[in-house]
Parts: sequence; structure tokens; C-alpha cells
Amino acid sequence: MSEVLERVRKIVIDHLDADPDKVTEKASFIDDLEADSLDIVELVMAFEEEFDIEIPDDSAEHILTVGDAVNYIQEKLSA
Amino acid sequence: MFELTGKTALVTGATGGLGAQIARALHNQGAKVVLSGTREAVLNDLAAELGEGAFVAACNLSDAAEVDGLIAKAEAAAGSPLDILVANAGITKDGLILRMKDEDWEAVIKVNLESYFRLSRAAVKGMMKRRHGRIIGITSVVGVMGNPGQTNYAASKAGMIGFSKALAQEVASRNITVNCIAPGFIASPMTDVLNEQQRDGILSKIPAGALGEGTDIAAAAVYLASNEAGYVTGQTLHVNGGMVMI
Repeated sequence: MSEVLERVRKIVIDHLDADPDKVTEKASFIDDLEADSLDIVELVMAFEEEFDIEIPDDSAEHILTVGDAVNYIQEKLSA
Repeated sequence: MFELTGKTALVTGATGGLGAQIARALHNQGAKVVLSGTREAVLNDLAAELGEGAFVAACNLSDAAEVDGLIAKAEAAAGSPLDILVANAGITKDGLILRMKDEDWEAVIKVNLESYFRLSRAAVKGMMKRRHGRIIGITSVVGVMGNPGQTNYAASKAGMIGFSKALAQEVASRNITVNCIAPGFIASPMTDVLNEQQRDGILSKIPAGALGEGTDIAAAAVYLASNEAGYVTGQTLHVNGGMVMI
């Protein structure tokens, strides 16, 4: 598993108090992990802090799953 | 009831009469209070009067960067995360609209309304994580009924009410309440400058027949800050002797 995925999973598990087994790359924040819109904002802010990147709102809108977040962050970090 | 032991509060405009009364009342209920304002000497005097559990975090509310940093500064001063924000600071720059300068409009909106937004934005971040918070904006009856010569002030105070309603809906699920207190005419340096005729004119419109006291507002702040008021959000509590009933 990639390092980014591990760090993202940790944030998601901590923040949403989610069952670690459910936090897979395919897991949707809202449909599978019971996040609400405020949770998403908080998660995006936590990702920004953890990876020292900026995630603009129009990009954040497309981050629907754990995998989306990982892909976006990996792209940002390699850019 | 209304016990605030273990809570940390920030009161802006604590150099003013009303802010000092609010700070005293919160402190009296057991809260740690961080006093903010521009005149540090006055803040230090008040902190000394209150004794243990009172701290000072000076801030110029017309400086956006200072405002953005005030919550962190207050938490550092108190050594604990913020539970209660009382945005009490306000200024007036009165004048009829034809004579109102851009600077007068901007200064009042910036200090009264924009700082409320900036402080709330910073405060909500930690409150959301901790699943608890109380935000209290001190607005004014003027924001609801208007007052000639105060288009800027009335707009800023009405703006605080609308802002609070929107924010209350955003953060209600996180056990954070956002409410306003709208004082009517309260005895203060602002009302002391009124002449007798103006004063009588005002009193004739107040069914209670007297100006309010700072302690009347402070009691409302204690209530809204308390755990007991957890189901009250997005409201404006009018404390005005019956002058306006909404």
C-alpha cells in the first residue's frame, strides 16, 4: 500500500471514527463512511495540513472516495 | 444552573463597559476568560481585578491579520481550547448618509461585522473537532429597527444577525450554537453623551421606563454560553426593556 494511502486512511479513520476495514480505496465518504458535508470539508482541511498542499474547492468537489483523495494528493505531490 | 467551570471564553471589546460586564459574569460562573481589546493597560487592570483565570490578548479588530490570529493567541494565553466566543467589540461612526464618508462605512463594517466572520471562522475549526462551542454576537436593537444617522452601524448589526443564522445552520450538528444578543438602550459611555431631551425621548419609548444595565446583557450572555442553552441556536435574544418586541 502506498504511503499516501496509509496517511489518508489514518486521517479518515480518526476523523470519521470509521471501522478501519471499511476504509478502502473504493469507499465513498458519504455513501459508505457516513460522512456529511461538514465532515468532507474537515477531511479536506486535514489532508491539506497533513500533506502541506492546497486543495481548491472545485477539486475538492471531485474527491468522493478515499481513492480519489489519494490520487489527487499523489498528483499534487509529484507536480 | 449556567455553571461555566472548565470552560474558556474570549470576550472582544472587553475594554468597554459592556464587554467588561460580560467578562465578569462569565468569570463569575467559573469560566476562564480571555480579555481582548486595543487598550492593553485597561485589559490588564480588568484581568487583575478578576484575578485567577483571567488573561489578556490584545487585538486591533481593524487589522485582518491580527483578527485571524486572535483565537490562537487567546488559547495560548489561557492554555486551553476556546469554548465560548463573545464578539462584543463594536464601533460607531455616525452620520447621515449624504455626509457619510467611505471610510466611516468601511471602518464600521470591518470592525463590527468582518471581525465577527473572521473570529467565528477561526473559532469554529477547533469547536467542530471538539464537538462543542458557543458563539455569541453582541448586536443591537438598531440592527432590527434602524436608526437615522447609523446606516453603517445598523447594517453591520443586522449583518451579524444574518451571519449568525447561516452559521448556526452550518454547525448545529456539531453541538455548536450561534446566537446574538441585541441590547436596547444600555447605560454606557455611548448613552452618557446623550442630552436630557434625547434621553427623555428614548425613555418614553421603553415600557420598562429605564435604560438597561450592562449586567442585563451579561446575564443573557451567561445563559447563551451555558450547557443549558444547547438547544437554542440561530436566535437573537432582545434585551431592551420592551422597547421593541419581535
